Amino acid sequence: MTEIADTPVWDSIQVLAARVQSGESSATELVNDALARIKQHAEFQSIIATTADRARQRAKQIDDLVASDKNAGRLAGVPFIAKDNFLAFGSETTAASNMLKGFDASYQATAIEKLEAEGAICVAKANLDAFAHGASTENSDYFTTKNPHDSSRVPGGSSGGSGAAVALRLTPFALGTDTGGSIRLPASYCGVVGYKPSYGLVSRSGVIAMASSTDVIGPLAATVEDAALVLDVMAGQDPLDGTTIERQKSYVSQPRTKKSPRVGIIKEYFEDGIDEHVANTVKKAADRLASSGAELIEISLPSLPLALAAYYIIVPAEISSNLGRYDGQRFGHSAASTQATTLTDSYEQTRQQGFGNEAKRRIMTGTYVLSSGYYDAYYKKAQTVRTKIINDFNDAFAKVDFLLGPVAPTVAFKIGAMADPLSMYLLDIMTVAVSMAGLPAVSVPCGTAHDLPVGLQLIGQYKQDAELLSLAQQFEEMT
Amino acid sequence: MKLSKEEVLKLAKLSRLQLSDAEIARFQDEISAILSYVQQLDDIDTTGLSATYQVTGLTSQDDNATRDDVITEQASYESLMKNVSEQEGRHIKVKRMIA
Repeated sequence: MTEIADTPVWDSIQVLAARVQSGESSATELVNDALARIKQHAEFQSIIATTADRARQRAKQIDDLVASDKNAGRLAGVPFIAKDNFLAFGSETTAASNMLKGFDASYQATAIEKLEAEGAICVAKANLDAFAHGASTENSDYFTTKNPHDSSRVPGGSSGGSGAAVALRLTPFALGTDTGGSIRLPASYCGVVGYKPSYGLVSRSGVIAMASSTDVIGPLAATVEDAALVLDVMAGQDPLDGTTIERQKSYVSQPRTKKSPRVGIIKEYFEDGIDEHVANTVKKAADRLASSGAELIEISLPSLPLALAAYYIIVPAEISSNLGRYDGQRFGHSAASTQATTLTDSYEQTRQQGFGNEAKRRIMTGTYVLSSGYYDAYYKKAQTVRTKIINDFNDAFAKVDFLLGPVAPTVAFKIGAMADPLSMYLLDIMTVAVSMAGLPAVSVPCGTAHDLPVGLQLIGQYKQDAELLSLAQQFEEMT
Repeated sequence: MKLSKEEVLKLAKLSRLQLSDAEIARFQDEISAILSYVQQLDDIDTTGLSATYQVTGLTSQDDNATRDDVITEQASYESLMKNVSEQEGRHIKVKRMIA
């Protein structure tokens, strides 16, 4: 595995912010370091655009605050990168799509606003599969990001730019979104921490919607501690997102709830289809957790293998609805002023030109499963299977406090190796069930297989993110 | 199962997409494969279970998420209009609706 963490290696976010606040270093220095690293590692193509001018202005504001002895916030001067499906000022917001090429956001995502309010500085926008549809960034309408550990391989997706950026240490942390694994998979493939919060814990206002019943926002970072701090700043109810839930008091200083937590090893995730070396690495990680005091119990969730089929009904259905807004009239790519003669023509040409293959495939699949005559057989059936999956999780959590498994059946694959769309969908097999149940989950680096990073997936109970982070930190301290 | 060309054209029309001939053939195969895969749910017994449409539980009258309907300046008129493709005066201009 290539050693990529060269200088400057970022200290923990807490340390970086404390140094800015004390005047020992400055926000301007940190932003310049980040921008220099982005330039230095451009060949991995993790970044769509920088927000350099705005970032430098914001750094100056932070430095001025410090100079006048004012509190610059818990993340004072800490640079970060946002996946390009977060609305942000300072550059266009494209979701890596031709549809939104040149789109100039009129407001910022709540998550970005909250981070900025604590002094963090967005320096760039990261590549993704267009509209977050994919598991490798190969569906980006612009370019494919390369895995920092082996540039012939994908970084995972859809938050692949964010995963690669953190692995390259371009910034101390990056933001991603996870609908069916899109934070956890790139975290696993790139060897960084990726945190998917409980559904509703972080406001999605200003984040380009994919599938609204499972979309969540979360951090990718070098350590669980850093991810927890970022979550702590972003979490909580937001009047602009009616699906947000009440937060727990703190995500940073969780007392250990139990000396010996019971951790269930998901039997189904170690059966057919998993690479033997990946399975061994994850099993060894589980043993390390046991040696730190956790009680391991093998547990069966028989409905889990159904989750992928249900997911690929529900998610395209929601996508077809959410992408309905791209009609070329108010924003986005438009065929309105050119060839079209009627409004319907203009819609059809706009969408034909602006959407890539994967978006079209999902829109049409979603339209099919929602159409009259098929709705009950597909969409309603899938939502009922979803109940079955949730019941399985509830049964499991009656016996254990946490669940454990791999993030993905394999390590990062070669660019171009997944030629047909269905085989790409199968990569989500170990992440989608958690998304359908809205549970919190984290991918923590746990070793290598075939000389490439492997992530350990730890899964918590709904709305118990603090407890999950505590377990993840306990694991991280062991390694 | 295999979708016919006509079915793909109907889906494209409902989805407001003008597909090329190559795309029609391609999506015929690919969407058929996806639908065949998800059809495994047909055999799953879900007797007595109801559908889950959301997981937050924020649905009853008591805990439904409402807020006061007040005007805010989250985004200005100018900032919203800058992404519009065609404009006339202060309005968005669109094509003829009835052919």
